[in-house]
Amino acid sequence: MKKCLKETPSQTAGPYVHIGLLPEVAGIEVDRHGIDAHTGLSGGTPIIITGVVRDGAGDIVKDALLEIWQAGSDGQFVDGQTGFARCHTDFETGEFRFETVKPGSVDWTDGSPQAPHITLMIFARGINIHLHTRIYFADEMDANASDPVLGAIADGRETLLATPDAGSNNSYRFDVSLQGDAETVFFDI
Amino acid sequence: MVSEIKTAFTPRDRTWHPKGLTPAYNSTVLRSPKRTLLQMPASRSETSGPVFGHNMLGDHDADMLRNAIVDGDPVGERIVVSGRVLDEYARPQPNVLIEAWQANAGGRYRHVRDGYLAPLDPNFSGYGRCMSDAEGYYSFRTIRPGPYPYPNNGPAWRPAHIHLSLFGACFAQRLVTQFYFEGDPLIRHCAIVNAVSDPAAVDQLVAKLDLDNAVPFDALAYRFDIVLRGRNETPLEADHG
Repeated sequence: MKKCLKETPSQTAGPYVHIGLLPEVAGIEVDRHGIDAHTGLSGGTPIIITGVVRDGAGDIVKDALLEIWQAGSDGQFVDGQTGFARCHTDFETGEFRFETVKPGSVDWTDGSPQAPHITLMIFARGINIHLHTRIYFADEMDANASDPVLGAIADGRETLLATPDAGSNNSYRFDVSLQGDAETVFFDI
Repeated sequence: MVSEIKTAFTPRDRTWHPKGLTPAYNSTVLRSPKRTLLQMPASRSETSGPVFGHNMLGDHDADMLRNAIVDGDPVGERIVVSGRVLDEYARPQPNVLIEAWQANAGGRYRHVRDGYLAPLDPNFSGYGRCMSDAEGYYSFRTIRPGPYPYPNNGPAWRPAHIHLSLFGACFAQRLVTQFYFEGDPLIRHCAIVNAVSDPAAVDQLVAKLDLDNAVPFDALAYRFDIVLRGRNETPLEADHG
């Protein structure tokens, strides 16, 4: 079979992305929208991930929309939309907050284990094509050390590590830098 | 070594998509990564994705002419938008969740952060959703949105457009885009459109007048087909279905 069509080009989600993707945030009431900041996963360790997105000037981006997709604590993906969540960066504070469980290990292409991770995609005004990255966990040092994706990163590996909040076992901090010295590693997968 | 592993998907043609940094669209200047994207093969984390059921849709989600009515019909040019979702191998893509958002006929968004002076329409939200059928076809009703001004290296105007978000069969096919309307003279002046450099790629973002599907004495029609990334025929990784 030959590739005969070109993928539709991406365009920015723009500043009013919430109308379509999180209508309640825009101020629109919708019956059974069914998509929010909770993945709906249960079993294993419940966790909360918070953070901000910064631009190249270090300013906090307050109009971004983020999506995550992940396996459950057993490393398996669940049918349906369980494992998926979406939230925005707060209009005032710029903070985002996901509620989920810590994922288990998902196989790499050769069947070996990857370190626990969550796929993260970022959409916003000024982002022409969505940015794709991964959230790993700083407290999974052994698994991270042998992870094939982290191992392929020459510089900036630490930008993908969510750090446990002091005094809490179940809260992690994950800040994103779109550009600059601490620029998050983004993927083309 | 990693670069020798074939991915389960055709790689994104990043010359067809807009680049991250397109300075004429000012907002990209501080929001585009400077480092090269790291190419990696897809694992199950990318070859899987959320599956949305038709039962998640509300009764009038695909009908923006009705889904926000308070005391009458929304103002504006009534249109039907329809098309087909295919992959790069021209295979129909069924059960694709399509989320749409747009300004009203005056170019105003129903959004707490939009302060454009054009009035809100009490009977229009600009929110809609639909799902492609077994053959990849989708359709929704709405009004044609108006153009509006936005700040970009001085004042600028967006051509009429509707935003679309698509979920294919897996997260690697995720796509957010906008489509425009055939014949709109603002298209060629728009820095966001022109972030796409190939004229053929720009044309792919332009919905075509579809008179055959117009509803007599009711609504005009536009056709917008959508192409998602193609899944390779024989991925080297085990396909767990």
